[in-house]
Amino acid sequence: MLEVDVQRQLGALALKADFACRASGITAIFGRSGAGKTSLVNMLAGLLKPDRGRIALAGETLFDSKAGIDVPTERRRLGYVFQEGRLFPHLTVRGNLTYGLKRVPKQERQIELEQVVALLDIEALLDRRPRALSGGEKQRVALGRALLANPKILLMDEPLAALDQPRKDEVLPFIEQLRDEMALPIVYVSHSMQEIVRLADTLVLMSEGEVKAVGSVEDLTSRLDLRPLTGRYEAGAVLTTSVAGQDKAFGLTDLRFSGGRLRVPHLKLPLGQSLRVRIRARDVSIALSPPENTSILNMIECEIKAMSEENSPQVDVQLDARGTAIWARITARSCKALNLRPGLKVFALIKSVAIDRQSLGRRDRTARFLSEDK
Amino acid sequence: MFELTPLESEAIRLSLRVALWSVVTSLPFGLAAAWLLQRYEFYGKTLLNGIIHLPLVLPPVVVGYLLLVLLGRRGPLGSWLYETFGISLPFTWEGAALAAAVMAFPLMVRSIRLSLESVDRNLETAARTLGATRLSVFTTITLPLIAPGILAGCVLAFARSLGEFGATITFVSNIPGETRTLPLALYSLIQTPDGEAGALRLALLSVLLSLAALGASEALARRLRARLSD
Repeated sequence: MLEVDVQRQLGALALKADFACRASGITAIFGRSGAGKTSLVNMLAGLLKPDRGRIALAGETLFDSKAGIDVPTERRRLGYVFQEGRLFPHLTVRGNLTYGLKRVPKQERQIELEQVVALLDIEALLDRRPRALSGGEKQRVALGRALLANPKILLMDEPLAALDQPRKDEVLPFIEQLRDEMALPIVYVSHSMQEIVRLADTLVLMSEGEVKAVGSVEDLTSRLDLRPLTGRYEAGAVLTTSVAGQDKAFGLTDLRFSGGRLRVPHLKLPLGQSLRVRIRARDVSIALSPPENTSILNMIECEIKAMSEENSPQVDVQLDARGTAIWARITARSCKALNLRPGLKVFALIKSVAIDRQSLGRRDRTARFLSEDK
Repeated sequence: MFELTPLESEAIRLSLRVALWSVVTSLPFGLAAAWLLQRYEFYGKTLLNGIIHLPLVLPPVVVGYLLLVLLGRRGPLGSWLYETFGISLPFTWEGAALAAAVMAFPLMVRSIRLSLESVDRNLETAARTLGATRLSVFTTITLPLIAPGILAGCVLAFARSLGEFGATITFVSNIPGETRTLPLALYSLIQTPDGEAGALRLALLSVLLSLAALGASEALARRLRARLSD
């Protein structure tokens, strides 16, 4: 359990965070730049002192202004992966990796060097200096260094933001592996919804220094009132599905979810594998009756639940497919022509090819989420 | 072909001893002063900074005279030192080392402070998240990163100490075998008739000594830099 209730004035920004969530899996902190994400994480790490409040992790109080508790950073037992890596230039990769490990008493060590080297595939880099590493390699070493400090929680502050897409794709699988293979809670700061959908279980939404909402990634991304925060461009819904079948002849995979089935480009996953799929609102169109002679494979019966009322040429329509939220972004013109309104039965049409690998996130464990929304 | 006379070898040995002691004893203070000036804001910081840099702008004779007033047998600090520890600095080689240290101090502090400024503080916070205490961060991160700056400061201070003249002659006088360092010996020879040949030899020795010190520090600096980059 991670309990946070802190306040701090940072220049013009009044940072105020009050939330609690299960400290397991990946908890993502999402918000625009300047929203106070990094400051919040720095408070968890003890690098920034709240004006008042309390921070507790797994029952242990790390900070409490009333009780006068402020555990110093070095005794909080956390791993921190910074955006820019921050490897020590005067040490080799091996020296960097063991820097934190050396400071953990032998009997308390659960993660050892060989294990991390194998997990992150950095054997060949051990004797090099940080300067000789590529951006992706640096982040892998920084990740390993933080892991080897045997932390109780891992903090990651936009660890991929400084990398280009190929380097991101190089590091992401390692973070996924970390999530799936080590029972280490991770707090992951990001301004990329794509990364969050792929990695995170719980989402903490921040805006202008305040935590606006806490909940599961699926729930928060489908809430209309949070749309200004989750982002218009990124608008879409996250569905929890499972692999129901493979169509080898056409290279398609069948996914089942509570509202129906989806056919997507072939995925090499076993039957029954749980999978999160993100469907962007702009890839969904709406029909009043099931169209015939169409190339669209995915037709899902829905009921219109809500519509955005912005004065713009585009309308976001929230559809309900037997309990699962799906978003469609259509033109205001079509909206008027079809006379769409809440309560109307419609069909959501989703192009299979629009669902690509980037929109998918493996989901091995059940949703973990616990908190009251603000 | 180039054999040293007893007077010359004595002056060289004394000069090296004085310069070495000057550097070694002032290094901890130089490090502390640089750290204080670079890392903290406090009341009187400008004054402290001014006092440390004073020898750079004052005539060396003034510094020597002030040392004499302060540390002479009857000076406020000198009488206390003599009565409590039996230490007397004027007219001794230790006094010469002190005069050289005071004159070289601002150079050492400047050099260390500049290298401290170039240290990425983020690396220090990263070390703390990995479980290192403040002291341990200093010894394992900060110190190795500023090592080239410390070395440069020491070399500057050493060279300055080798050449110290004004403060030395004022504070500890020009006593053969005790306080007559290379520059003082050179000065004495110029003052004596027929001393020109000897003076020239000493001047040449000074040049050689300085070049050797520079060469050694350059080699050391290259090794340090290689450790930091590569």
